[in-house]
Amino acid sequence: MQTSAELLLLLVVLTNFAVLGTSRLRTCIRAVAAQGLLLGLLPVALASHLTLHVGSLAVGTVLVKAVILPWFLLWAIREAAVRREVEPLVGFITSLLLGALALALAFAISARLPAGDVREPLLVPVALATVMIGLVVLTTRRKALTQVVGYLMLENGIYLFGLTQTESVPFLLELGVLLDVFAGVFIMGIVVFHINREFDSLDSARLTELKD
Amino acid sequence: MMAFVDRSALAALAVLLLVAPALPGIAIKTKSLLTGRRGAPVLQLYRDLAKLARKGSVYSTTTTWVFRAGPVVVLASLLAAALLLPLNGRVAPIHFAGDLVAFAGLLALARFALVLSGLDTGSSFEGMGASREVTFASFAEPALFLCFVGLVLVTGHLSLSNMLGPALATAWPRDTASLVLVGLALFVLLLAENSRVPVDDPATHLELTMVHEVIVLDHSGPDLALILYGSALKLSIFAAVLVSMAAPRGALPMWAGLALLVVGLAVVAVMVGVVESVMARLRLTRVPQLIVGAGALALFGIILLLR
Amino acid sequence: MRLIALVLLPVLAAAITGAVPSPRVTRWRVAVLVGTAAVHLAITATLWGAPGGSAINGWLGDDALGLIVLTLTSVLFFVTAIYTVGYLQRATPRGGRVFVSGLLGFLAATTVVALSQHLAMLWVGLEATTLTVAPLIFHRHDRRSLEAVWKYLVISSVGIALALLGMFFLASAQHGVTGNPLILGDLVAHARQLQPAWLRAAFLFLLVGFGTKMGLAPMHTWKPDTYGEAPALVGGLMAGALTSCAFLGVARITEITMAAGLGPFVQPVLLGFGLLSLATAAAFIIGQGDLKRLLAYSSVEHMGLLVLGLGLGGVGAYGTVLHLVNNGLAKGWLFLVAGNVVLATGTSAAAGNRGLIRTLPVSGVLLVAGLFAVTGSPPFGLFLSEFTILRAAVNGGHLWIAVVTLLLLAVIFVGMAMLILNMALGEPEPGVPVVRESPWLVAGPIALAGAVLLLGLYIPAPLQRALVHAAAALGGRAP
Repeated sequence: MQTSAELLLLLVVLTNFAVLGTSRLRTCIRAVAAQGLLLGLLPVALASHLTLHVGSLAVGTVLVKAVILPWFLLWAIREAAVRREVEPLVGFITSLLLGALALALAFAISARLPAGDVREPLLVPVALATVMIGLVVLTTRRKALTQVVGYLMLENGIYLFGLTQTESVPFLLELGVLLDVFAGVFIMGIVVFHINREFDSLDSARLTELKD
Repeated sequence: MMAFVDRSALAALAVLLLVAPALPGIAIKTKSLLTGRRGAPVLQLYRDLAKLARKGSVYSTTTTWVFRAGPVVVLASLLAAALLLPLNGRVAPIHFAGDLVAFAGLLALARFALVLSGLDTGSSFEGMGASREVTFASFAEPALFLCFVGLVLVTGHLSLSNMLGPALATAWPRDTASLVLVGLALFVLLLAENSRVPVDDPATHLELTMVHEVIVLDHSGPDLALILYGSALKLSIFAAVLVSMAAPRGALPMWAGLALLVVGLAVVAVMVGVVESVMARLRLTRVPQLIVGAGALALFGIILLLR
Repeated sequence: MRLIALVLLPVLAAAITGAVPSPRVTRWRVAVLVGTAAVHLAITATLWGAPGGSAINGWLGDDALGLIVLTLTSVLFFVTAIYTVGYLQRATPRGGRVFVSGLLGFLAATTVVALSQHLAMLWVGLEATTLTVAPLIFHRHDRRSLEAVWKYLVISSVGIALALLGMFFLASAQHGVTGNPLILGDLVAHARQLQPAWLRAAFLFLLVGFGTKMGLAPMHTWKPDTYGEAPALVGGLMAGALTSCAFLGVARITEITMAAGLGPFVQPVLLGFGLLSLATAAAFIIGQGDLKRLLAYSSVEHMGLLVLGLGLGGVGAYGTVLHLVNNGLAKGWLFLVAGNVVLATGTSAAAGNRGLIRTLPVSGVLLVAGLFAVTGSPPFGLFLSEFTILRAAVNGGHLWIAVVTLLLLAVIFVGMAMLILNMALGEPEPGVPVVRESPWLVAGPIALAGAVLLLGLYIPAPLQRALVHAAAALGGRAP
């Protein structure tokens, strides 16, 4: 039977595919909230014993990534009265295939990188895969809100990678990174709100006035 | 190469053939009970088959021998496919290296014959259903192969008898995640290939929304009996694959193995019924997404095996 | 101690100006802004005399390169603060109190970046600059600035996220090597022991990530929109100070990789990005119709030159650091002048401006002089630094790079001259009055112009010493 950390990481990959495959914005946000919850539980699963550092990191992550940010994004949707994503630039099926490709690439790349002293071998490939899939979502989706979800997934993937470095990256900086994600998404959410007010839509294909 | 045909393998096959018509009945019964109705009896399909066998067939003047041959070819291919499955948990009546390709090919032949017989009527309903069926199949076939590749990687053999046989019992503790993912993907494929919700609603009476039902709209009498039995057999074949994956029966004595097979089939039928009552049917354009998603799950399982 | 004060002072000021209600930008807020800028500049000046040592367990420290960037930032900010006094007499940004506290937060963040010896802290500072500057871009709350800030946020955030990944790769490379994790000094000292595969990956990701903040092509697409829509003084800060801080990030990772002996891998990549930026800038400057967007592309060009110098090595490193200073000052100068143009005529587009030398005497002259400065004409400082970089190309045997660069610079000069001379010379529209320009608005640009001119003729000794140290750290040498 595999360890709990491996199980959590596998579920993270499933949430990635959930975001890639669904066209309903609420499901996207719920999937990324679930991902945040899994990410919050990971330090606890990875640590050999529970310290204050690990515990507070877990609590903070769950609070920010699984509760506050998704709630905020759902508020932004309510304000914008948006339900569905329009067909993305590459189509949903192609998105799913791109995600599968990203997953395969991530495993291939991490097989080539020197492993070092990582306790959980699945951590690096899943981190890279989440980063790539977050980029796919960010670049192929049309609605501004889904782009924010993609950004969140990108940050989640980087956070996952950071979990391999818990000794070198001190606590204060992990907090700093968490805070940064929070602030970033917060500001993006406010801009999304304004976009909706100005353009009456969240379709970023409308943001084409500035060009050369 | 053909080996000495195992008596228990043939017995298991006979059980499968006997039990097949009960599965759709179980699914319908489950769905009815969950939605608060009493529903048709579980053994209703047997009575329907008997009734249809006594009737005469009506053939449209636009049809040719293709239409008449269709149901027979369908049933024959499905029977041949069933011969390749290790239903007793150890070995199939016919097995050779690479028979998984033959298995997929026979299923495809059955579908091909069905679709041709539908197109032969010249009616637009059948044509529409045929095109949908084939479109879904073009996504489902690669996904099915991905699932098989996963099983090949887990067990290290290229024959269905080994892939679904005793080697699985040792593989489960080692590769749980991959097998779960492949199993999930196979369940979605079961729903897709057998035209169940969320891919197709077997209870609908609107031809424009049908996929599988509408292809066989013009068949009657014994032909229809063959078609109906064939559908039930296809469902039980897929269900048997799932059961063999979930519950490796190689070590059990023959009777215990057969009982476990029957119980497993019933459980799968119940699961199908539950899914039918919980979900609504997907929009037609979303179905390929679902199937590709299942393929992605299988691919994920494979990637986990390769590292 | 002074280092901590340099960071905390703007933070406190930002908190004060942001926390107190009264939404309009009142006098006392501006006073706090100017006061903080002045004190910041004063403390920075003392660092030139007496080094600040290190603070927070070695996380903050003023090495040569960091001190140069810090001084540049501080000077630009002070000049901009003075300018803001005049600006706010004529325009009311909708951001209200967010405007001033955003500016002060920006100062704090850039100070953190300049003084950081811990690379992750550098990253946090750079991310903070993105967040503090976003509301400043969005000041008009209209469609165009909304679009600009959205593009800026998304592209910058992705870039900085990739830089964070690069940071973690760097930490992986440092696994098992002695020294404090992610501290610059230790990384450079033990560079040969870092794992090459991780280090290479880290370099690429950090270059792309920090390059996005710098505005290197092909990650530059946010620049013209952002600089075009933001108020000119914000644009000047971004083009002068923010890009320099982002460049500092690139310089740090280059320091480490050069010390680790990965020069043959690193230099071609830097050269590629540099030339691409130059070419992109040249392509888009021709036919450009808006002054601020033109300046944005000019910024892309100069970022390309910086990275080019870094990649050429040798004397090129010295040229790059000198160019950093010159470019920062010149950009500040030109953006403030552009701001004056917008204040006077309401637009920075070529269509709305003619004969500026007549209608805006001081700013018009400064605009034309700025054209020559920013395209690298003698006697301005940029000529010297660009010449040094070209010399490095010739010395290193890359004659073709020097030729291509010269060609592109010539194209850029033609493109910029077309727009700016069109705007400055010629007959003004009939009925446009000659504007009496407020001393607040022109003092800054004149001071910056003087500095750039001075640097073209004579480099003061302390600055020269710092430049030489910085060049040596980057693996190069002084001419």
